[in-house]
Amino acid sequence: MIKIALAGNPNSGKTSLFNVLTGSNQFVGNWPGVTVEKKEGKLKKHDDVTVVDLPGIYSLSPYTEEEVVARNFIVNEHPDVILNIVDGTNLERNLYLTTQLVELGVPVVVAINLMDVIKKNGDQLNTAELSRRFGCPVVEISALKGTGCLEASEVCIKHAQSKKIQPCVTFAQSVEQAIAKVEGIVQGKVDRLQQRWFAIKLLERDSRAQKFLKLDEQTLQQIEQVVVELETALDDDSESIITNERYVAIEALIKGCYHKQNQGKLTVSDKIDKIVTNRFLALPIFALVMFLVYFISVSTVGTWATDWANDGLFGDGFHLFGIGQGQYEQAVNDHATEHLFTQDYVEILQNAVENNVVGAQEMLDAVTQGDFFAFDEAYGVYADVLVENGHDVVQNYEIAFGENSNAPSPEQYGVWVPSIPVLVGNGLEAINCAPWLQSLVIDGIIGGVGAVLGFVPQMLVLFLLLAFLEACGYMARVAFVMDKLFRKFGLSGKSFIPMLIGTGCSVPGIMASRTIENASDRRMTIITTSFIPCGAKLPIIALIASALFGGAWWVAPVAYFIGVVAVVLSGIMLKKSKLFAGDVAPFVMELPQYRMPTFVNLMRSTWERGWSFIKKAGTIILLASVVIWVGSTLGVVDGKFLFDTEMALENSLLGYVGNALSWLFAPLGFGNIKATVATIMGLVAKEEVVGVFGVLDFGGMTQLQSFSFLIFNLLCAPCFAAMGAIKREMNSAKWTLFALGYQTALAYSVCLVVYQFGLLFSGTPNVVGLIFAIAVLGGFGFFLFRPAYKVQKQK
Amino acid sequence: MKTLRDVAVGQSATVVKLHGEGKVKRRIMDMGITKGISVYVRKVAPLGDPLELTVRGYELSIRKADAQQIEVL
Repeated sequence: MIKIALAGNPNSGKTSLFNVLTGSNQFVGNWPGVTVEKKEGKLKKHDDVTVVDLPGIYSLSPYTEEEVVARNFIVNEHPDVILNIVDGTNLERNLYLTTQLVELGVPVVVAINLMDVIKKNGDQLNTAELSRRFGCPVVEISALKGTGCLEASEVCIKHAQSKKIQPCVTFAQSVEQAIAKVEGIVQGKVDRLQQRWFAIKLLERDSRAQKFLKLDEQTLQQIEQVVVELETALDDDSESIITNERYVAIEALIKGCYHKQNQGKLTVSDKIDKIVTNRFLALPIFALVMFLVYFISVSTVGTWATDWANDGLFGDGFHLFGIGQGQYEQAVNDHATEHLFTQDYVEILQNAVENNVVGAQEMLDAVTQGDFFAFDEAYGVYADVLVENGHDVVQNYEIAFGENSNAPSPEQYGVWVPSIPVLVGNGLEAINCAPWLQSLVIDGIIGGVGAVLGFVPQMLVLFLLLAFLEACGYMARVAFVMDKLFRKFGLSGKSFIPMLIGTGCSVPGIMASRTIENASDRRMTIITTSFIPCGAKLPIIALIASALFGGAWWVAPVAYFIGVVAVVLSGIMLKKSKLFAGDVAPFVMELPQYRMPTFVNLMRSTWERGWSFIKKAGTIILLASVVIWVGSTLGVVDGKFLFDTEMALENSLLGYVGNALSWLFAPLGFGNIKATVATIMGLVAKEEVVGVFGVLDFGGMTQLQSFSFLIFNLLCAPCFAAMGAIKREMNSAKWTLFALGYQTALAYSVCLVVYQFGLLFSGTPNVVGLIFAIAVLGGFGFFLFRPAYKVQKQK
Repeated sequence: MKTLRDVAVGQSATVVKLHGEGKVKRRIMDMGITKGISVYVRKVAPLGDPLELTVRGYELSIRKADAQQIEVL
């Protein structure tokens, strides 16, 4: 059994190499305790050789999760050999990591990547000489083309069996003397092969190394004395001295065996960059790229894919490859025009429009255009609301399109594929399955699975685009262009994409935060992304705007404004808290060369992320769907506890829970059962809120109360799907609960302030409530303007 | 003291010393900005910050506040 650890800088082609070496035989997980991804696989044609993909790192310093993970793995788990991939077009900085890897007491093989590019540029690299100088094998590969990779792995296997450890890189005499002194002090306390590594780390005052070796106070003092002597002699701190020495050593090592042609001549990548991050063109190009990402993943392809999954695969069914779809749609529209969109039906809708009933205009527009499918979508959302307001749009609909109508059915046209629920339902009926079990399987389980998988097609589209942006090098430029704007409130420039996607749907938005390297920035982005009103919140906004504000134009912009303000203020408040203070993100970022990504790598990255969503987020979404199904089908009718798949919401367990919890919302102005149940149903999916108001009596709420209700539903914990995404991306129960708790607490506080001050300004203040609201407002002021939490410096 | 922040776009400067401490400093050095190395200031981001530098043959981006900690000649 041989274990190869794959190490190298980010952007060095490590992922490509890993894919070439292991093929499809990969296992993706997480390193214990951190969000850093861990990949492992079996080497092709060698079942007894494991390849472990270490995180991409520039150094083995103790400052990032990735670096700590990598060095702990090598020090504690002793891989048999390290395969160090080095970007040959960026030799000096890549070899910096090599100078550290060779000290760990593990045989190292250096693979110089992009050899084809080096040769094409007319540069010269004498790998034989480099191998002699480093004292370890150096091989030439092209990870993208796959050349030399498997040969490199054969070299690794041979080298691992030889157990030959390469010499370490040597430094200036004064530094070598100091290292020797520390080695003398710790001799016998560490593995002989790792003695120099630990001596250097102790010389750098590396606290992790100090803790790892459990050195006593006296030994630490002895070492400190050596460190101070060296620092005084060279007038610099020891970390700087060692780093300097490494780069000086690299310069000497590559001198004479690396020759760069055409220095200063612009490469293709330079030319692209001259345009893409040009002072005047950068922002328009950025806007264009973002528009395309949004347009493809949210407006067009992504939505088509989602609609197919929700309405086709998990709805009624779909026409295979669209065969027959056109004729079917034509037939349906004709049928609707003839039997449904009649003069008296238009009049019903016109009356509803005149009475400002929400959704009526949308339905009427669809009728005018003779578009049944647009009409049907609006009908599904708003029909109940119209009926509640005395506009009977259902009767005619049932006659024209109800179960016993002669409306065209899709299976009469082309190649019709029935949906999964239809197929399973038919199957269950054929075996005479009990109705409750049918409902559990179809509404509960398949409905839940559908809720998970319904997101997947759109997410795959988005992930493909993100993988492309990352692999081609533009993602780093996104951070470069947006950094100044976002870092003011504790976010990364890369937070822009999650927020933008979040306007369509929070779930892919949250998943998009994966591209942010820094853990603190990533968590902050995850917490705040769902404040941005997503597509499913639009019907709530429309409902409140239309029903209580006479369709006022300003309600929707105000909702978005509140979302953005919530993001900004949360960023400022959280950044100052202890939780985020320890982790000031250094923005020292490589801007990699622009490269054309390969299709295979894009597909693999897309699939990996999609699959991890299904696995990690899927469980929570499925569980929540089943719980809600149980809560809405069990209930008490006329004093009897019973099960009914058509249970009215106010009689169901869910309704009772809503009733029992409604007092919680009294200080916010909507302490009634319907608003509470609507809020709970909003956790299933935000558009459900509208459905609840359609079913239950809507009257009796003032403008202020409903406005408060609107804000609460915009800001509080998102739907279960988004919660699943949060859990997936946080990869920690503690952080997931913190995110949901923070969102709900913020929503509650904001609504309390809005409602109580609203009462005051309308002349009917509630003294107790107002006191609490003032206290909350004071709390906001404190959290916003207090000095940032300072991390105690450790000496 | 002249710092990297004061270097005009399109100009190069030689690093004399890195001030400050902790992980940002270490990170900057890890990325190859060490004593005696020549750094070329390639451009400023469209919103005025951060900077794009060429160092050791590749492109690196750092914030102006951090560039101010790098003493140059």
